Amino acid sequence: MNAPPKAITGPSTFLDDRLGAGNFLKRNLRKVFPDHWSFLLGEIALYSFVILLLTGTFLTFWFKPSMGEVNYLGNYAPLYDVRMSEAYASSLHISFDIRGGLLVRQMHHWAALLFVAGMTAHALRIFFTGAYRKPRELNWLIGVGLLTLALLEGLTGYSLPDDLLSGAGLRITQGVAQSIPIVGTYISFFLFGGEYPGHDVIPRFYTIHILLIPGILLALISAHMILMWVQKHTQMPGKARTEKNVVGAPFYPAFMAKSGAFFLFTFGVIALLGTFAQINPIWLFGPYNPANISAGSQPDWYMGFLEGALRLMPAWEINFLGHTVTFSVLIPALVPMGIIMTGLALYPFLEQWVTGDRREHHVCDRPRNNPHRTSIGISAITFYGILWLLGANDEISSVFHIDLYTTTWVGRFAVFIGPAIAYWITYRICIGLQRKDAEVLSHGVESGVIKRMPNGQYIEVHTPPAEDIAEHIRGKKEIPMLVGSADGDGIPPKGARSAIGRLRTKMSEAYGTDHVPLTDGHHNGHHEEEHAAVGAGERKELH
Amino acid sequence: MIGTGISVNSITARRRHPLARVAVVALALGLLGGGYALAAPNGSTADAAIASGKADDAAEGKSLFVAHCASCHGFNAEGSNKAPTLIGVGAAAVDFQVSSGRMPAADAGPQAPRKPRPDWATDQAIDQLSAYVQSLGGGPTRPTEEQVNPALGDPAKGGELFRANCIQCHNFVGAGGALTYGKYAPPLNPATPTQIYEAMVTGPQAMPVFNDSTITPEQKRDMIAYITHVRSQVDPGGSGLGRIGPVTEGLVAWVVGLSLLILASIWITAKKRRAQA
Repeated sequence: MNAPPKAITGPSTFLDDRLGAGNFLKRNLRKVFPDHWSFLLGEIALYSFVILLLTGTFLTFWFKPSMGEVNYLGNYAPLYDVRMSEAYASSLHISFDIRGGLLVRQMHHWAALLFVAGMTAHALRIFFTGAYRKPRELNWLIGVGLLTLALLEGLTGYSLPDDLLSGAGLRITQGVAQSIPIVGTYISFFLFGGEYPGHDVIPRFYTIHILLIPGILLALISAHMILMWVQKHTQMPGKARTEKNVVGAPFYPAFMAKSGAFFLFTFGVIALLGTFAQINPIWLFGPYNPANISAGSQPDWYMGFLEGALRLMPAWEINFLGHTVTFSVLIPALVPMGIIMTGLALYPFLEQWVTGDRREHHVCDRPRNNPHRTSIGISAITFYGILWLLGANDEISSVFHIDLYTTTWVGRFAVFIGPAIAYWITYRICIGLQRKDAEVLSHGVESGVIKRMPNGQYIEVHTPPAEDIAEHIRGKKEIPMLVGSADGDGIPPKGARSAIGRLRTKMSEAYGTDHVPLTDGHHNGHHEEEHAAVGAGERKELH
Repeated sequence: MIGTGISVNSITARRRHPLARVAVVALALGLLGGGYALAAPNGSTADAAIASGKADDAAEGKSLFVAHCASCHGFNAEGSNKAPTLIGVGAAAVDFQVSSGRMPAADAGPQAPRKPRPDWATDQAIDQLSAYVQSLGGGPTRPTEEQVNPALGDPAKGGELFRANCIQCHNFVGAGGALTYGKYAPPLNPATPTQIYEAMVTGPQAMPVFNDSTITPEQKRDMIAYITHVRSQVDPGGSGLGRIGPVTEGLVAWVVGLSLLILASIWITAKKRRAQA
């Protein structure tokens, strides 16, 4: 290799002598990242966040976070001379009078939707591959925190323009605050600085939206990335992939180029959406007035499951010692969110408790190889999905001509029955896929060639699977189980004697039992495996 | 049969013929069908009378009413267990219902949908039908051209009234919305300014009445100005996505946005580094 020119070595040496960055870079630029499309889902969220910061900064230049009332005198004729808040007027100003303002506003909103969607998809990938397992539980918790904060960031963000739709969301927020027993009214007065809506909420939400939550998000995202860097990325099972290595491309130049390109893709998709798809047309909603409400008032998608819970909930309310407890708001506001977020946060620890698995895991599970985990995940998605869908029940009723109350009643049952059905179906699919894997390993893959033997027998030629596929399948790991059976003297182990202990060992057994153990091919070593196509053993029929 | 020279005895004999019963039933059916065909609603006679300009509007309207409306609303518009009385509903109600194709109703659903008008329901026929119903007991009359001219209204003022009175059912741009028990607030996009006005003064189907003391005729014109202005407006931000708010936005974010990015990530990671030579 040629020596670099002096113009480069001079400043580099200067910097290296003072920062000592050379060693750090030398060590880290060669860091290996494994290749799998699903490992880029988190980057969708990361790059959307970058775009949110950039477009958000642009918007702050003109947005006025004030509830002061003005008469709108801008370019949008159907609102001319209408009384509105400065927040709404300045949002209209950004949309109609600032060059590129509408595009940036729309990109900001689309980026927000994709930010949460990317996080959700990323979290699901982590969950279904078991990548949250030791030593990554803390990073998983950071992720759950990020997701929760992102919901709050979204809520405060779409409330800022003070249009009629955002006002509807704000009113629900206030309703939720009020529904909390005893302290509810105090919280509402504290949040809004007095009677709803008051003059304080927009400036307060503005500070929370542009300073507090983004600051925490930025800190947590940094921590998330550093932990990922230090702990190294997990990898899918495959050839030469072990718990002790990482197979993939080095950060520089390969991964860096791919990652950079992916940022541009993300930017491109958000710019395309911002250009061609109108989002949050606040001028059509009109200014917020607590007396007005529109049909089809829905929150952004990530709040949809809470909206659906609220719409499904029967009107239950009791009076307890002089306090009104409004279950019809309290339960939908807190319970689904609690089930999903708490469930996510606790899952790694619950799984450890059930399996007793304290080992480190750096190779991902394929979702089929841990059928109970996958079924629990799909159940949760079904629960969430039904609530989410029913958040739009008026649009469903209106578009598909289904009676509104029918959608409500179907939803009330489906939200309980749906997850159970989903659990069972997913479990069966996982087992089926495992059987398919076992078959591929033991019998090979169909070659499409049928042979006729001299005695008239037909034989289907199987070929062994490609090596990378076989290794990918062989990456299946057994799930550890607690020992619950009695020892020689008929005494069960210490942990398994109490009721909880017995339940735990039972769950462990169910969770860990491998119903389809892999057996290696009984024709190992043959280049061409042959099986009788028509025979008792195979039970395959040719027609 | 009289005067055919057949004796009473032979008639009596034929009455006992095995096929006599069949013949009687066939005759009765034939008479009934023929009579019905003569008396049945027949647009062409009404059209001919209208074209000749002989009858006055209310009288022609009554014959149209008997032909097309009376089976449910009663021969004197007194109503029945199937449909309400039309005495006092006024010409505005008739014009709204018939010009939008809602009446005559196709079947007894929760709500009569807008549909193409039947052939007989010409503008002139609606004029006559309206005149007849108006003559029964008064009621809201049809607005003048000037009362519904959007160019004379103030859309900004109308927008405020629209948001206060209409959007809780019809959605913020009049895209329509769901009501209970299979009813719905229809989209306002196909409604003419006259129909919007008439709907407000008559309160068709599930809609409440907004009479002139609640919302003055000038205010109604402002609202019409807002509705027609907003629905003809080109969406400045690209495709309006049905203008129903965040539901379609969320759908697009997942189905278009996230799918494109996942395709991109599959494409990027499928590209393997070439082995160095």
